[in-house]
Amino acid sequence: MSATQASAPTGESLVNYRLIKAHLFAAGVALSISMIAGFLYALQFVGYYPLGHDNWMLTPGHMRLVHTNMAAYGWLVNGFTAMLYYVVPRLTGKQVLSDRLGQLIFWTWQLILALSIVGYLTDKAQAIEWGETPTGFRPGTWEMNYVPVDLLVVIGAVLVIVQFMVPIYRAREQKFYVTLWYFTAGLVWLALTYLMGNIMPEWMLPGAAGAATTGLFIHDLVGLYVTPMGWGLMYFFVPLILKKPIWSHSLSVIGFWALAFFYPLGGVHHFLISPIPDYVEFGAITTTIAIEVVVTTVVVNFFMTLRGRWSALRSSLAIRWFYVGAVYYFITCLQCAFQVTWMFQKVIHFTDWVVGHAHLIMFGVFTFWLFGVIEWLWPRVCRREWYSQSLRAWHFWLWSVGVLIMFLDLMIAGLVHGYMQRDLNDWSDILRMSEPFWWVRAFSGAMTLAGLFCQLFNMYMTAKVGAAYEEDRHYVPANAD
Amino acid sequence: MERFYTLVFIAGIGCFAIAFLLSMIFPWMSLESYHGMEYQTLAQLARQPSKEFVQLSEQFPESFREHYGDVNSESYAKALARGRDVYVGQACWHCHSQYVRVVSNEHVRWGPPSSAQEYQNALNQPHLWGTRRVGPDLAREGGKKTNDWHIAHFINPKSVVPHSVMPPYPFYFDERGVPDADGIALVTYLQWLGTVQAGIPVAERVTP
Repeated sequence: MSATQASAPTGESLVNYRLIKAHLFAAGVALSISMIAGFLYALQFVGYYPLGHDNWMLTPGHMRLVHTNMAAYGWLVNGFTAMLYYVVPRLTGKQVLSDRLGQLIFWTWQLILALSIVGYLTDKAQAIEWGETPTGFRPGTWEMNYVPVDLLVVIGAVLVIVQFMVPIYRAREQKFYVTLWYFTAGLVWLALTYLMGNIMPEWMLPGAAGAATTGLFIHDLVGLYVTPMGWGLMYFFVPLILKKPIWSHSLSVIGFWALAFFYPLGGVHHFLISPIPDYVEFGAITTTIAIEVVVTTVVVNFFMTLRGRWSALRSSLAIRWFYVGAVYYFITCLQCAFQVTWMFQKVIHFTDWVVGHAHLIMFGVFTFWLFGVIEWLWPRVCRREWYSQSLRAWHFWLWSVGVLIMFLDLMIAGLVHGYMQRDLNDWSDILRMSEPFWWVRAFSGAMTLAGLFCQLFNMYMTAKVGAAYEEDRHYVPANAD
Repeated sequence: MERFYTLVFIAGIGCFAIAFLLSMIFPWMSLESYHGMEYQTLAQLARQPSKEFVQLSEQFPESFREHYGDVNSESYAKALARGRDVYVGQACWHCHSQYVRVVSNEHVRWGPPSSAQEYQNALNQPHLWGTRRVGPDLAREGGKKTNDWHIAHFINPKSVVPHSVMPPYPFYFDERGVPDADGIALVTYLQWLGTVQAGIPVAERVTP
């Protein structure tokens, strides 16, 4: 079944827009908190931390925890859940399991976010990167010191899985569209990844074996939850808006199965040249390079789909977000294939290069795709047209340029840092070298923050005073070129 | 191929399980069974209180007695665990790594490269290797600097490292620089780092 058939207007009646609106609202709040925290953290590096250093709760370290975790569990989870509420009923032809369950999921996740933030600010973070959500227990013991937020995350994830797997299961006799492959597998992976990453290193595996696990966790959270959701939505929305099927079915089959097979094998590449056994590292390096081939097939598939409709980049802002995101995705993955080798690792590990890489993939790719989804969903949710075209444009350009500046800036800073470290420069000299780069980073962060506020204001005004909604405006006409 | 059960069991569970086996169970087995590494509990690690811990008890007797009592392996264990909690809670490990690689002259700067055995203990569960070095690596920090240096550095990092971008942590100390329970714990923990390794950490040949 092609996506154009799936877009038949009958699907609309199955969609619960109230839940979408709630999740998009929460996603916007979470992204604002995450980015403000990140900006405050960036200001510490240039010596102007505005919250002062006399309070043990508002320290820059805590801001970093809020920044990364709100980006993942606040912004991406809420955004993707909103997207699932729209896409899954339309592709399966079934409603999600229950609207009451939807409300429960919504409030469970917001409770998780609130409790996490309080936990981070009061020193309760877990020592697992990107999984710092408090366990509620003293490390390695059953002595409770806080609410077990990890447990709530597992419950929240299971509820999400039940909510969306039931309609997919009910539609199992149909031939699945590629988006549903990604969502089905991605939802299974989400639960397994979180359980593995948060329980095994904490209670079962110390030291180096635990490091292999946390590396796998960071990697799988991106590769087995965020990436399947991202590509799933791309395969759905791009053909829908272009009113044109995806270019090659075979390439999408290759893309999916190669992602499923290769991606999880690369986890250990977060700790290369470490006490983890070398053969495990070599396996991770090889599969990571293999992923680059997969990524190329998927990106080629999307650009061939766009062929003959290049004007869509002008006429549809959603398409523009999607494709700029796809270009950034290709850059990030190309970077992966190089930086995963020991030759690059010697220099760039532990430096700002990695920070730039992480920002490009999270803020440059998946955030762009979610903004594209919001471009599409928000007018439908409100039944109103966008309030301001120029604010939309500002949002797009501030982000596209801001993220690119941040990426290039941190990449260069990382290279210089890496070589200075290797050449035994005084550590203070490395800091002095980095300072101008950190100023640029803070500036580019301010750009994206300004872009976000343009968008949030625009969303608010759209909901209040936007013109009446017109369905046809959001598709790209077939004969545009 | 793209049926519901294939997606759930082969792509979802199957592919995940292969990766789980290859990148988690295999390293775990080769590290623990093959190399026969011994896990050290907190009590084993704290059997012999460090000389820095003794110094803290002598230098700040009132604060030390109030929070930790006498110098013995129990109070040392308590300080180490609490120090690690503060270190994790304040996200120190996001700017200070804890492993020395065999490349980029790291052994010259910080000391012997890390081995798997030294992480096989309660204070590395979960490990605190980190992925970013804004500040120097701390895997060989123990014994390199005095307690006084650490206290001055926590109260105002710029007083000892003029170009430091580390935030001050003055709230663990009173106005005379006397550490509270967390301050003692943090310094004790930092002075412990790297002491599991058989060799005594070499002094840093490059100034901080």
